[in-house]
Amino acid sequence: MTEITEINEVTQTSKANEVNVVDEVTEATLRLPEVSSLTPWDINAAKGSEVTTDETMIINMGPQHPSTHGVLRIMLELKGETVLRSKPIIGYLHTGMEKTGEELTYAQGSTNVTRMDYLSPLNNELVFSLATEALLGIELPERAVWIRMLMSELNRLSSHFMWMATNGMDLGSTSMMIYGFREREMILSFFAKTTGLRMNHNYIRPGGVAADLPDGWQEDVLAICDAIPPRLEEYDSMLSGQPIFWERTVGVGVITTQEAIALSVSGPILRATGKPWDLRRAIPYLFYDQVEFDVIVGKNGDAFDRYAVRLNEMRESVKIIRQIVDKMPLGDYRVDNKKVTPPPKIRIGESMEALIHHFKLFTEGFKVPPGEVYTAIESPRGELGCYMVSDGTSKPYRMHIRGPSFYNLSGLPTMLKGGFIADAVAVISSADPVLGEVDR
Amino acid sequence: MNSVRSFFEAKRIIYETPTSIPRLVVYPTRELYLEAVRELKTVGFDFCSDICAVDYLKHPDRLLPKGVEPQRFEVVVNLVSTVTAERAKIRVQIPEGDPVVHSVFSVYPGVEAGEREIFDLMGIHFKGHPDLTRILMPHDWEGHPLRKDYALGRIPVQFSKMDDSK
Repeated sequence: MTEITEINEVTQTSKANEVNVVDEVTEATLRLPEVSSLTPWDINAAKGSEVTTDETMIINMGPQHPSTHGVLRIMLELKGETVLRSKPIIGYLHTGMEKTGEELTYAQGSTNVTRMDYLSPLNNELVFSLATEALLGIELPERAVWIRMLMSELNRLSSHFMWMATNGMDLGSTSMMIYGFREREMILSFFAKTTGLRMNHNYIRPGGVAADLPDGWQEDVLAICDAIPPRLEEYDSMLSGQPIFWERTVGVGVITTQEAIALSVSGPILRATGKPWDLRRAIPYLFYDQVEFDVIVGKNGDAFDRYAVRLNEMRESVKIIRQIVDKMPLGDYRVDNKKVTPPPKIRIGESMEALIHHFKLFTEGFKVPPGEVYTAIESPRGELGCYMVSDGTSKPYRMHIRGPSFYNLSGLPTMLKGGFIADAVAVISSADPVLGEVDR
Repeated sequence: MNSVRSFFEAKRIIYETPTSIPRLVVYPTRELYLEAVRELKTVGFDFCSDICAVDYLKHPDRLLPKGVEPQRFEVVVNLVSTVTAERAKIRVQIPEGDPVVHSVFSVYPGVEAGEREIFDLMGIHFKGHPDLTRILMPHDWEGHPLRKDYALGRIPVQFSKMDDSK
């Protein structure tokens, strides 16, 4: 009996406190309620003054906000907590890379473009090299093409791991962040072994790749292939069924197929709406028509489907990498053309001609016939294109990169509209923008 | 494909059908540009891959199909059909003295950012664009950096609130 009375007393006192809190609120203070039954609307902050007719508020998110993945700034118009209109404002990272590209030779150009999308540098180099080679009209040895495919698929994995990590971080799952970076490191160490660098590799160059794969690469790649699928299962069991993750992603940031296509949104965002549009399948480049893989599509076009599409794409990438290891032929890793590829280093000391070629290639560069071409590949973020104009000299007359993130950001206002401001973080994260590529 | 060809022939729009990708390259005049883009959208090119501009200041006598008068600027639009996976390219010539062209925002809303980028870096105006402002450069920047007559490495760098005394 005594216990029950005590509880009653406690509840009574807490009710008394509630009333007191409401009474204590004075005109000037707008503060959050201390008792859970109070909502902000209970506090009449404007008491005594006239209620303004402006019901919306415009606030800036970014460019220093940590969950905007760089220096993205978004102007949000809010009504209460609901986002009405929004506008991405970019350009904080603009470094004039397209202009720089006009001043660098074709041989130097891949050093420039690799810094655009710094999470998938090999894909940038690939699209630049493909554009140059289309203008040159050269055909690569098979091994070079397979090496390119291997590297670009591994890069898709590392980029998606990075996305899983940052997305987990944005949604409050710190363990996902740690796991994502751990797995990415495994791939980056293979990149370091092959290309010499963890990022900004300058490995895929016009005419082939910079170096052959290191000895024992099969074991390294297969070790990665063996390690990743069980880890993906772990992520799946950790996130996919987790109520908190569901609450934050299901039905958040919805975009339809029609909207996505009209807004030139590509990649996992478009596929999450149910459209099986993947350039690796639709307009195959390299040897993607010789490997078996599935194009992953979602259904609802929300943040959860984008997560699911990326997670399953990683499984498909592992499948592709295993096939590449099986099919990798022997042969040259770059085209045997003295005018395009530098001679082997050992030849420079013994052959005058090799020395001249080496000198000419690294000072003047090779000349590319006049023409213009648009090539596109499927980068981890969507359609990555390169429009290149040559005027017959050794430098591109115009080099334009179609960054997938740049166009995907146009879809952001549609995805944010009608959602809560708290969900804005989840939506921006699910769009996976890389600002280095947006601003170029 | 045939219907779009007869449309171009009726409108006297010059086009090419090369054997390489893209299989269709269209050279409309400035006046017929918007109409040509609309027609391409109706025949199935539903996705605008890319829009960019080139400044041909140093190459006024470049090779173009017969009947196309070369101008200083060229706007290039790359379209793709997400159904048939075919590509098409539109190249429209824009004169130096009056760098204005219709915006295709009403056909492909996704070009909003792309057209702003061209306006910012190349100085081509798009008639009918909802918000034609600078996108990458600071709002008070002078000049259009991707033009070929824009000086490289100009010093001092124009940033607002730069203190010259330092």
